[in-house]
Amino acid sequence: MKLAITGRVWVFGDDLNTDAMYPAFAMKMDPPQAARHVFYEVRPGWTDEVSPGDIVVAGRNFGVGSSRPVAALFNELGVAGLVAEEFNSLFFRNAVNAGLPAMTLPDATALFTDGDTGTFDLSDGTWRNDTTAASGSVPRLPDLILDIIAEGGVMPRLAAQGYLPAELGEVLRSSSVAMRGEGSGA
Amino acid sequence: MGMTIIEKIFARKAGLDSVRPGDTVVVDVDMTVLIDLQFATMWLQPNRIHDPDKLAIVMDHAVPAPTLKDAAGGPRARKFAADFGIERFYDVGRHGICHQVIAENGLARPGEVLACTDSHTCAAGAYNTAARGLGPAEVYSIMCTGSTWFQVAPTIRYELDGNLPASVSGKDVFLHIAAEYGDATNRNLEFGGSGLASVPMHDRRTIATQGAEVSADFSTFEPDDVLTAFLDDGGVTGYRTAGPDPDATYHDVRHVDLAALEPYVARPGTVSHNGLPVSALGRQRVDQAFIGSCANGQLEDLEIAANVLRGRSVAPGVRLLVTPASQAVYREAMRRGYLQDIADAGGVVTNSTCGACFGYHMGVVGPGEVCVTSSTRNFTGRMGSTEAEIFMASPATVAASAITGYITDARSVTA
Repeated sequence: MKLAITGRVWVFGDDLNTDAMYPAFAMKMDPPQAARHVFYEVRPGWTDEVSPGDIVVAGRNFGVGSSRPVAALFNELGVAGLVAEEFNSLFFRNAVNAGLPAMTLPDATALFTDGDTGTFDLSDGTWRNDTTAASGSVPRLPDLILDIIAEGGVMPRLAAQGYLPAELGEVLRSSSVAMRGEGSGA
Repeated sequence: MGMTIIEKIFARKAGLDSVRPGDTVVVDVDMTVLIDLQFATMWLQPNRIHDPDKLAIVMDHAVPAPTLKDAAGGPRARKFAADFGIERFYDVGRHGICHQVIAENGLARPGEVLACTDSHTCAAGAYNTAARGLGPAEVYSIMCTGSTWFQVAPTIRYELDGNLPASVSGKDVFLHIAAEYGDATNRNLEFGGSGLASVPMHDRRTIATQGAEVSADFSTFEPDDVLTAFLDDGGVTGYRTAGPDPDATYHDVRHVDLAALEPYVARPGTVSHNGLPVSALGRQRVDQAFIGSCANGQLEDLEIAANVLRGRSVAPGVRLLVTPASQAVYREAMRRGYLQDIADAGGVVTNSTCGACFGYHMGVVGPGEVCVTSSTRNFTGRMGSTEAEIFMASPATVAASAITGYITDARSVTA
């Protein structure tokens, strides 16, 4: 996975919980169909509008709630990364472990507007709003965390380490396959 | 420099002299618990795992299977357990909600690290364990490697003062704290103080469980004589507790006067800054009343419900659902007559499962309905329709509400 991403941003608010992104009824579906229900009530129709490479920007306490693998659904939709003013730590870990770049940026929802183009580089902590020319930097994440994201998440890493059949290594970089392999949580 | 409970456990398990907020540490995990949902998709059988004696599998979220997808997971779990010689396999019939099974079987030990694929794993913080829920990919990874990493968060200390009144439960303590202080995102919670001895173990578990609802990382209680007696009863030995140092550094220290508390209720949506005493709520009708979950499906919760319901009847038009937290709780509650009392009053007792709490099966609520629940979450849509309203309260309050048909302080029913 790339640690530097550029894409169109979608801006959401505070306290978006896991059940608003991955409702229980969608847990009965296969991942591609489940992914059609991300933000199903918060912003109906969004999954038809979002395009591969887009970036989700959210406010405070992003992802409070369940351990269910919401990050894998964002991967399924082709979302390139998550930016939030504050992440719930379980949700943040799920992003890292799914190889989905995630950056904590205070005031993110004031610095970006729906439709802006944003660039976020986890390797040095810099960010830029390419539409408004605003820019800055945040503390760089530890190498230990950046390495997991760069390797595409923990499942490809486990294949590389011999815990899973080696031939699955590349396949597991496909998020939806990795998700089917690790199963689901709650 | 002194350490909090979590910092102390991390230091031990990372082989470090000291750990401070902001550090990133790699720790050995003492027990890893998988749940049924992990097997319901295309489970990949690993080539090898770290240690079968440090692994448990609990069938809880979707049992008995409500969908074909879930039904397909059971055989995968059984094959995996057999192939790798995993003795701690809690299959349907000796199952329960994972956090209850963890407690009943001594899987959470003081001063140790516990990981499980459910966000309410912080429940085991009641036993002085550094326990937390992690995503399925990470738990899978820990199963293979035996370790994981944590970014050490600052800790909020709750000093419990005074004695907890008999009519007030751990649920009420938590709902009060959540109403007063709101979220604790990227913070640990630590509970102790002179009033701790008056808080029974089942109430501590309710409080620890719900740390997830205020977005906390770990939610951990100090060890004391009450915990020691609980562990002795369960045959848990050979552990090393982790108390905080007197000079530990906290993000904040907050005092809670237990003696001044009364039954609380949270309004729909969130528990943060959204609760109030039941006595201040006003008349609020209910369609469904639910007692269950890892937070409040314990034997003591069923006893409290049975005491309120005995000789009374559920109001016309109201459904009361009661889900014991485990098969062991179910059997003991049956032996003691609690289930009889609940059923005689018109309540429905279900098998043990996470079902209704996460809106998956066994009691989903419909549009326009109002549910009062003693479970873990009151998010919009959590228990079914996004057009349903979910209030959260203690088992006593839920049982009393089922009798009257509106959210009711149990003291007014049993007085």
